Amino acid sequence: MINRVLTIDLSDYTYQVEEREDLAEEWIGGVGVGIQILKERLNYSADPLSQENVVVFSIGQFTPAYPYASKTVALFKSPLTGELGETHAGGRTAMAIASAGFMSVVIEGRSEKPVYIVIDGDRVYFRDGRSLKGIRDSLILGRILAEIEGGRGIRSIIRAGYAGEKLVRFACLTTETYRHFGRLGLGAVFGSKNLLAVVVMGNKTYTPADPKLYREVYSEIYRIGVESEAMKKYHLLGTAENVLPLNELGGLPVKNLTEQRFDCEDISGEKFAEGNLGRRIACSHCPTACIHIAALREEYEDEKYFFKTIMIGYDYELIYALGSMIGIRGRGDLLKLIHRVESYGLDAISTGVCLAWATEAFKRGFVSRDETIVDLEFGSSASYLKAIDYIVNQPNKFYSALARGAKFAAEKYGGTEFAMTLAGNEMPGYNTGYANYIGLIIGLRHSHLDNGGYSLDQKAKGLNPEEMVNRLVKEEMWRQVLSSLVVCFFARNVFKPDLVSRAFLPLGFELTQEELEKIGEKIYLEKLKLKKEMGYEPNLSQIPERVFEAETPHGRLERDFFENALNYYRKTYLSRI
Amino acid sequence: MKILRLADVEKCVGCSLCMLACSRKNVKNQRIGVGHAGIRAVSLSGFERGATVIFCHACIEPPCAEVCPSKALKPRKGGGVTYNEKVCLSCHNCISACKIGAIFERDDGKISVCIHCGYCVDFCPHGVLEVIEV
Repeated sequence: MINRVLTIDLSDYTYQVEEREDLAEEWIGGVGVGIQILKERLNYSADPLSQENVVVFSIGQFTPAYPYASKTVALFKSPLTGELGETHAGGRTAMAIASAGFMSVVIEGRSEKPVYIVIDGDRVYFRDGRSLKGIRDSLILGRILAEIEGGRGIRSIIRAGYAGEKLVRFACLTTETYRHFGRLGLGAVFGSKNLLAVVVMGNKTYTPADPKLYREVYSEIYRIGVESEAMKKYHLLGTAENVLPLNELGGLPVKNLTEQRFDCEDISGEKFAEGNLGRRIACSHCPTACIHIAALREEYEDEKYFFKTIMIGYDYELIYALGSMIGIRGRGDLLKLIHRVESYGLDAISTGVCLAWATEAFKRGFVSRDETIVDLEFGSSASYLKAIDYIVNQPNKFYSALARGAKFAAEKYGGTEFAMTLAGNEMPGYNTGYANYIGLIIGLRHSHLDNGGYSLDQKAKGLNPEEMVNRLVKEEMWRQVLSSLVVCFFARNVFKPDLVSRAFLPLGFELTQEELEKIGEKIYLEKLKLKKEMGYEPNLSQIPERVFEAETPHGRLERDFFENALNYYRKTYLSRI
Repeated sequence: MKILRLADVEKCVGCSLCMLACSRKNVKNQRIGVGHAGIRAVSLSGFERGATVIFCHACIEPPCAEVCPSKALKPRKGGGVTYNEKVCLSCHNCISACKIGAIFERDDGKISVCIHCGYCVDFCPHGVLEVIEV
């Protein structure tokens, strides 16, 4: 059983290890265990950027055992929303934490000077990070750490970028160059702790309770995965395959939702594959390899035949946020924006939504050039590249406000009705209908992956508010099990309840489908309770007016429907805690 | 004799499934994790440059066997070595002797090295590895 918890205190550079079989048995791992640790350690009223904030990284029992269990869950208090922060990343982090021998790694306190941490099996080293501070490209910081520290092939380098150092409240953490703890500002929490990076490695292994059965179940999961059509699409065009169909449907957010259709041919998954796809890579233990990397070859304008080729990861969400949402039509321009955001370690979704709000606010006179410094205009990548620099460097009060998120900036400068945030978090790329927006409000991390509302919008028509809420919550409860294992949501159709239950057996756990579903419900309610205590209350005021004005594939969305749905949610679920 | 070799290293996505298969393979001491693997999937100084796998090249005159004081590693017919972990002293001379870094330390201090059984080939989803007769 994976059950050890490593706690690192940056304030006095100490660490300790505890066996927490109690947590692993009752809460599986990942988010289930992480919530309990946060409950034990976090002062809910703490300033998220103070030494009081606590970061918990957790993996699950399936992490080293089965394919697709490649995610790490991070929990913290979000500096963007001021309540629960939860974000998941792939890469090699989960496997590296398992190989170091831990279920959870908890980071507390604040270092006086810049440091990075190396977790090498049972040992933790606090390394002087003073000479690594101020590196503006997260890729370079990663490369330097890769060269200094060992563990090639069995390590993970999780780093905050320059945006994290500058405390941009939607700064992310980057791991293995292309994966992120993307949402809700964990990069800024690292920045506030003077923590540049965490390097994790080890070679610890585990013993199956039933070796023969283990090998059988392993082969079954592997076979289902590699033969599944559902997984294949992530490997082929990847999530970018959604660009054209969503646009056709009218669900792709365009220019801050001021338009419903977009000339997105050039930034479609098909065009990316045709013109730029340079390679695909995988997270540890994932046969699918969904990470799509584009090659961008550029000639220097002032020096003939002087070229550079950069490799830039792309995905549907980035194409939406830094493409259609801000009117960028060309692949080259889009890739440059993605690259800039990646280099700084910013959350791409939040950055795009902030730029979209700022553009409209500028256009409509809420702010002037005195604030924006550049003329922000939908489609103008040159201005956006500069604006991204300003968000990070914060040369004036406007950009300092924008670095706190679209909601904060809009409250200060006006234009809250078109600041596209849901419960304070910048919206993901779906203007698909009621289920998406309701899902984002009641979803416990305000992410489209909480409950897949965008997908429900496309699959089920004519649901009433109560049915819709029930379907969303049921899905979210089951996803608590997946994110406790911790299985990638892309493989949710591989890990059906029956298979999850059987996969536990060779590891020495007996959990029936019903028990698993019960645990999912319990984790959901625990998380809801934690959020409520941190100040979360779903209500209409967390939805910007634009949501009710914009055309969606379900037509214009009625306020009453939302009101009924949220009332029902409060009565049926929130009241249970 | 069979040996494991690269069919097309450019197709490696760095998924590590070969490593996990290798740790799982040992019937007497089956392990979950990457720490008993005699093969290693690595990025090429960052994943932007791609990935590759490192494993025993099946040298005809294996230096690792030459420096092994207890004869735990012995030259294998067809290239590479056989490994008898019972007599391994955990001195790690072999790790230093292998120029391509294809011998790895296990979590119990002993070593793991590819013995060219080919079990990982069945779990390489993208056709990077193959087994050939020599």
